[in-house]
Amino acid sequence: MEIPNSFRNGPYPDGHFGIHGGRYVAETLMPLILELEKAWKESKTDPAFRAELDGHLKHYVGRPSPLYFARRLTARLGGAKVYFKREDLNHTGAHKVNSCMGQILLARRMGKTRIIAETGAGMHGVATATVCALFDLPCTVYMGCKDIERQSANVYRMKMMGAEVRPVTAGAGTLKDAMNEAIRDWVANVGTTYYLIGTVAGMHPFPAMVRDFQCVIGEETRAQILDLEGRLPDSLVACIGGGSNAMGLFHPFLDDPSVRIYGVEAAGHGIDSGRHAASLTGGRPGVLHGNRTYLLMDDDGQIEEAHSISAGLDYPGVGPEHAWLHELGRVDYVAITDDEALDAFRLCSRLEGIIPALESAHAVAHAIRLAPTLPADHLMVVNLSGRGDKDLDTVAAIDGVSL
Amino acid sequence: MRRRPETRIGRRFAALGDEGRAGLVAFVTAGDPDPETSRRILRGLPAAGADLIELGMPFSDPMADGPAIQASSQRALKAGMTLTGVLSLVRDFRTDDDATPIILMGYYNPIYVYGVDRFLADAKAAGVDGFIVVDLPPEEEADFCLPCLDAGLNFIYLATPTTDEARLPRVVENASGFLYYVSIAGITGTGSATADAVAAAVSRLRARTDLPIGVGFGIKTPDQAAAIARVADAAVVGSALVALAAGDDPVNAVLGRTRDLAAGVRGARR
Repeated sequence: MEIPNSFRNGPYPDGHFGIHGGRYVAETLMPLILELEKAWKESKTDPAFRAELDGHLKHYVGRPSPLYFARRLTARLGGAKVYFKREDLNHTGAHKVNSCMGQILLARRMGKTRIIAETGAGMHGVATATVCALFDLPCTVYMGCKDIERQSANVYRMKMMGAEVRPVTAGAGTLKDAMNEAIRDWVANVGTTYYLIGTVAGMHPFPAMVRDFQCVIGEETRAQILDLEGRLPDSLVACIGGGSNAMGLFHPFLDDPSVRIYGVEAAGHGIDSGRHAASLTGGRPGVLHGNRTYLLMDDDGQIEEAHSISAGLDYPGVGPEHAWLHELGRVDYVAITDDEALDAFRLCSRLEGIIPALESAHAVAHAIRLAPTLPADHLMVVNLSGRGDKDLDTVAAIDGVSL
Repeated sequence: MRRRPETRIGRRFAALGDEGRAGLVAFVTAGDPDPETSRRILRGLPAAGADLIELGMPFSDPMADGPAIQASSQRALKAGMTLTGVLSLVRDFRTDDDATPIILMGYYNPIYVYGVDRFLADAKAAGVDGFIVVDLPPEEEADFCLPCLDAGLNFIYLATPTTDEARLPRVVENASGFLYYVSIAGITGTGSATADAVAAAVSRLRARTDLPIGVGFGIKTPDQAAAIARVADAAVVGSALVALAAGDDPVNAVLGRTRDLAAGVRGARR
């Protein structure tokens, strides 16, 4: 495959990243998607839009988030110097709010009067419900019934802020099914409704637009590490479900060849078990939810259910830009099992006093695997994309503790 | 350059024009509720009055479909239907009927995974005339629509209430067979448009294309089918038929409802 001059120029005008991405949607949605693309492009060159967004990110979300030197974890691992980008400290407890804030301003700019979203772990649902409360817009969140069960605290949070949570019983009742249902709602209410997608997946322009809103993570990291260490990091590590926290961290560094980049997928019970959520490691290209990308599916092209202890990584696809970077070899995609993530969850809590989201614990687990093999002057940034309060029920159940 | 492959679809619409009436397009899901019952339903549809047949290729994630077709797809997949199985049903149908057009309808992923060129060759050999692929708008025509035209088969585009005047020429550019007007902005088997709204939309489309116009989504009763038949070239019925495949005696239930709908369409004065 031909290596481009820059890894940061995607997608092509037609929304493709190499063969991935695109606009594989029903005709009913096509005019709206074109309208959204136009509004997004106009907003990018509008200083007033940028200023408004930056103001909300600073005063409401609490940005910039710290870049924190994980001293005790570094000492324990005995290798690379490990930093955490603390997206868990954002209002709502994860990186999701970065994109929600950008998109809700865009929805208002487009004159939309109703917001819908899908959610897996509930973090995107919470972030969406939050910005909808802030801007007084009605909000409907689709969530798989299995996820509602394992993330009851987030469901209650959404309801507390005035959102309607609609349980989805189709399929296995997880994120994929919630996304199908959100798309059906959108098709039926296309005139009034903005579909606030939570990750760098779906139809163009969502993958590029969500990426742009999440790039604040990598841009801040770049300035912060230069300030702290006087040079760029040697490696970046982030977990990948759809991949928005990872893309936000990675994108500003893609054209710095000295920076090694690792995307960490969820290996569930192990890739060989067939029960995992690692689309890049264990899937192949297909078309779902508006884009071509790597998917988990059977030989007949029927989509299979993903499996991960982490509801936020439990999706059988991945953002198309990750698929492209995977094929170009710019980013190394690796996989971490449920058990490894749980060990990292516990170790991070004990050593640093930071309880990571189970999603982010996959990234921490890869750092635990990698750091001891690297020299002490190796600078590694791990995206701590969310906090783990929402996962305490899950981990307690594994420990046999009833909360 | 505009290419419009000649297939059974064009011949059937020409014959309907000679008869001075609109046609009934019956949608059933291949393999629903099981392959053998589905085979019998399919073979019975022409005699029951279906002028064209849309055969659903079941998919695990039918994003543009409502509960009836979702459930129908799930039944078919559970009973073991595959894309290869869909083509077997068409081959079986063609042993007795070489005139009724068959249009395969579904989503792109199973086709992509099967392989576009191989699928087109196998579908043509089986006796398929055209395709409706819900998640392939004109923007992605290079994937499947253009190869489909090269293979001499029809790619049927959907126009919807959101397809505005600026966009319509792009939608009809490589359309062939017929143009499918989706009468509501929504998913299958839910709301129904008024006859007046459909009439206005059809005349808007006729100004942009000389292709026959089929209208679907929300047509459940013989009266509704008749109302559509007065203004369009075909009425498409799907959810109301597949809902019957789940019950007792699905063959007679689906074919009986098809007969009722066909009577509605045939009795409609143009």
